[in-house]
Amino acid sequence: MGERIRLQVARYRPEQESEATFDEYEVPCPKDWVVLDGLNHIKDRIDGTLAYRWSCRMGICGSCGMTVNGEPKLTCATFLADYAPGPVRVEPLRNFPVIRDLVVDIGDFMRKLVKIKPWIVRQAEKPLADGEYLQTPQELEEFKQYSMCINCMLCYAACPIYGLDPKFLGPAAIALAQRYNLDNRDDGAGARMATLSEHEGIWGCTFVGECTQVCPKHVDPAGAIQRYKLSAAVESMKSFFLPRGA
Amino acid sequence: MINRHPEPILWMLFSAGGVVSAMLMPALLLLFGVAYPLGWLAPPSHETMVAVLGNPLTGLVLFGLCVLSLFHFAHRFRHTLYDGLQIKHLNEVIALVSYGSAIVGSVIAAYLLWQVS
Amino acid sequence: MSEGHVYTAYHPRWLRQRISTYWWLEKPAYLAFILREASCVFVAWFVVYLLLLVDAVSGGAAAYAQFLAWSADAPILLLNVVSFLFVVFHAVTFFDAAPQAMVVHVGQTRVPGHLVLAGHYAAWAAVSVFVAWLLASGQ
Repeated sequence: MGERIRLQVARYRPEQESEATFDEYEVPCPKDWVVLDGLNHIKDRIDGTLAYRWSCRMGICGSCGMTVNGEPKLTCATFLADYAPGPVRVEPLRNFPVIRDLVVDIGDFMRKLVKIKPWIVRQAEKPLADGEYLQTPQELEEFKQYSMCINCMLCYAACPIYGLDPKFLGPAAIALAQRYNLDNRDDGAGARMATLSEHEGIWGCTFVGECTQVCPKHVDPAGAIQRYKLSAAVESMKSFFLPRGA
Repeated sequence: MINRHPEPILWMLFSAGGVVSAMLMPALLLLFGVAYPLGWLAPPSHETMVAVLGNPLTGLVLFGLCVLSLFHFAHRFRHTLYDGLQIKHLNEVIALVSYGSAIVGSVIAAYLLWQVS
Repeated sequence: MSEGHVYTAYHPRWLRQRISTYWWLEKPAYLAFILREASCVFVAWFVVYLLLLVDAVSGGAAAYAQFLAWSADAPILLLNVVSFLFVVFHAVTFFDAAPQAMVVHVGQTRVPGHLVLAGHYAAWAAVSVFVAWLLASGQ
């Protein structure tokens, strides 16, 4: 295992060029360094013009998602030593427009997230005097997995359908919709159904399954989507054959 | 409230076809496509085939197998052309050809299975 | 951003990468996905083959014998061997997806995924054995 490793970092400087280029840097490679440490070393000591996002550096904020050697990864959770002797290719997250260097625009996801109403929707609000909602451990288990999403967008980068058709709602948005649909405090399944049942809602998904493979929080968005397909299809049948009072 | 497009029912047919074809086809294909032609096992006699195929239950199961498998094929084929080869501009034509051939195949299956019973 | 956007020093042009037509060759997982989807062609071939068999049986003992002889021809045999492999691949991948897609509850408890998977394989084995027995019971 070497003391240093080469990083090939994608650069995009829109004021100078219209295509991405690669700059190479050599950074130290102690065994506890992650790719993010390498990028911070570049920014602090070699090339301060490098632009990238990061925050918590511990895998909970979802800011530092990038493409490392072709795979979508959280750079704070990807050890440099695993790629020794290198070089390591660091590119911006796939399937999103690149603003500069390693920074992508995730506005599309943010708009889709709002559309699926990621909050508890109640038919009738419970007054404070009635106390808290009580939930058994089994009821929590139903949706807990989907609540683990940190909005890191690795699933969108891995999804070929999203890459080919940016109108597709996408794995994280649907998994988050399911997080609320399956929460027994929520009455909003009907309100979310219109967005989810669109042609580019859940029906755009062909179960490639890569989203589940790359998710750092084991959310299993692919499973969430397939489960919802069945309930949505049944609802569709009901609304077709029994238009009222289904 | 639910947008009017046929994806839900097409997906249900696809799923059902996937299960039915997965359950029945490997055994049937191994026997009639590989084992009998290679002589690993003796093929059933003509009388046995007539008896088995003549049974209305067999006819029903095989008809279900054919129809669902054809719709499974149509749905998957259409999506693969759309996503894999990105032939988006021909989307309507591909859908028509895929599901159309599934319908035609189902009619032929119904006729042939009726004829043998 | 929309095509009509005016780019400024504070909002320059974003870079949008084109997806290659051969995107599915870039990762083994993508290739496996496309092969899985391609298996549907062989599923459709088996329907055709089955209907040809049914037609031959309707046509009488001679037609049936001719079908069996034709099925032993090298090109058809090769096609069926390849089809068999793809159909098995389809079955295995379809069953693998079942625990993710089907969440079964018995009362309050959730049936673990590997039991859902085992149930599918058990049904597959049972159906296959039944089919083989049905056809072998009269020679």
